[in-house]
Amino acid sequence: MTAPESSAGVLVTAGQVAARTLRKFARTPQLLVVATVQGVLFLIMFRYVFGGAIETGGVAYVDFVVPGFVVAALLFATTAAGVAEDAAEGLFDRLRSLPVPQLSVLAGRVLADTALTAWTVVTTVAVGVLVGFRVHADPVDALAALGLVLVYGFAFTWVFVAVGLVAGSAQAAQGLSLVFIPFSFVSSAYVPVATMPSPFRQFAEHQPLTPMVDAVRALVLDRPPDGAVVTSLVWSAGLAAVFAALSVVLYRRS
Amino acid sequence: MTLPSPSGLPLVEAAGVRKRFGRVEALAGLDLVAPAGQVLALLGPNGAGKTTFVRMLATLLRPDAGTLAVAGIDVARHPERVRRAIGLAGQHAAVEPAMTGRENLTMVARLFGHGRRASREAAGAVLAQLGLTDAADRLVRTYSGGMRRRLDLGASLVGAPRLLLLDEPTTGLDPRSRIELWEAIQALVAGGTDVLLTTQYLEEADRLADRIAIVDRGRLVADGTPGELKARAGRDVVEVHARDGEDVARAADALSRLGEPAVDRATRRVAVPVDAGADRLIEAARALDELDVAVEDIALRRPTLDEVFLALTGAPAEERA
Repeated sequence: MTAPESSAGVLVTAGQVAARTLRKFARTPQLLVVATVQGVLFLIMFRYVFGGAIETGGVAYVDFVVPGFVVAALLFATTAAGVAEDAAEGLFDRLRSLPVPQLSVLAGRVLADTALTAWTVVTTVAVGVLVGFRVHADPVDALAALGLVLVYGFAFTWVFVAVGLVAGSAQAAQGLSLVFIPFSFVSSAYVPVATMPSPFRQFAEHQPLTPMVDAVRALVLDRPPDGAVVTSLVWSAGLAAVFAALSVVLYRRS
Repeated sequence: MTLPSPSGLPLVEAAGVRKRFGRVEALAGLDLVAPAGQVLALLGPNGAGKTTFVRMLATLLRPDAGTLAVAGIDVARHPERVRRAIGLAGQHAAVEPAMTGRENLTMVARLFGHGRRASREAAGAVLAQLGLTDAADRLVRTYSGGMRRRLDLGASLVGAPRLLLLDEPTTGLDPRSRIELWEAIQALVAGGTDVLLTTQYLEEADRLADRIAIVDRGRLVADGTPGELKARAGRDVVEVHARDGEDVARAADALSRLGEPAVDRATRRVAVPVDAGADRLIEAARALDELDVAVEDIALRRPTLDEVFLALTGAPAEERA
């Protein structure tokens, strides 16, 4: 056995880290099942329990809520806990002691988690269709909506990586994730923003989730998105840039 | 047994290394030279700065002051070159439980820059070397604690490092797994890998290391071969094993005529350091006889490393932990 001539490159490193994360998910059924079942339960509750009481201006509530639900579910990803666990178990110590490009370690993690997001989106939409959701747009717009969701998921994953690196333990990471609940509920995801009292409406209109929900909803309901697509992409780029930079700093110091 | 460093440089060279975390000074000017071709044990209680030092060697932390080099490469200036020379096994077994042993090692080999096939070969060779071939294709979550540590040791080996850094490699293992891990480390050393390990266990340092560096409160207290350190304590020890619990106090009384005895009630042993060996043994026997102490055993022996630690730092290792 001899030491290799050159170190692993960016792609090999990111690929190996991503493959590890995906294997971990695939071989730990509780992770997938809990995430999926939780999503399904909430979707059914919103659809049947709250749905009848919520007026959504000429759109069936199920068509209104499924796009919102899919986008809001991005905030309930388990990335932060997973990253905190990796840090606590010494995985990052090992990776940082290896001759690999360090940013690509985090990039691999984010790619894997974005792939898991795709899985969650597909299962949620499938359940949505079972409870009456229909896409009202042509396939190009529907695919564009899916692409947007993945872009948002990519951006939020960087936020969660930073949270996981700050937290230090999986439990602490889950605790910190409570911060995201107001962003999920005080948004256009489940109810029209116009029905909220003023301070809540102000918050909802100026936080990133609302333009994301509005953009995806407009695309699948075949309505004009009125700038929501651009606003949501600007938010995504900003979140990804700020939190990727923060994550790298935190990772180097972890 | 091992080849000297090709460059002839010491494998580890630390001069005045300092590191502070908030108000805690983890390293307070550590000076240490580890010649190539040897196993060095860093021995000290919890909080002595051992882990901080290993994390610096592994490029995970930067020194606040001082210089630190691995095989002549400055750790602060060329961390990426140092990473090519070292393998780290930290205090946790940093292996993925949802992957097999072989997958874990193949991944690390790929990260070291091996191609696919070379990675599989390196992983297979290391698994065989550590006696894990039979378990290679099982998920690591089915492994025992000792097997996980051995696999973690393997992960630090697949890159064929010049220097293996082991931070408290056997902490938390049952006695049998500890002995298995010691044997694995000894086999690596016989195969020519240089090792720097940290430990709180004097027995472990004595068994594995060619040289021991005793560290306390971020400073080097003493270093040398195990024999040299024992000699440096400069004394023999008269040790009495009392027959009953009640005899322990009287044995301590008797031995206090020779010096300041150390009493271990649990094992009913009383030990006292003495200057000139055999005469003092007779003196001790006489004192015990006068006080009518029932004695299981009495012996004159060289001091243990625990006693060396006491002599060199002024406090027993375990009380400081």
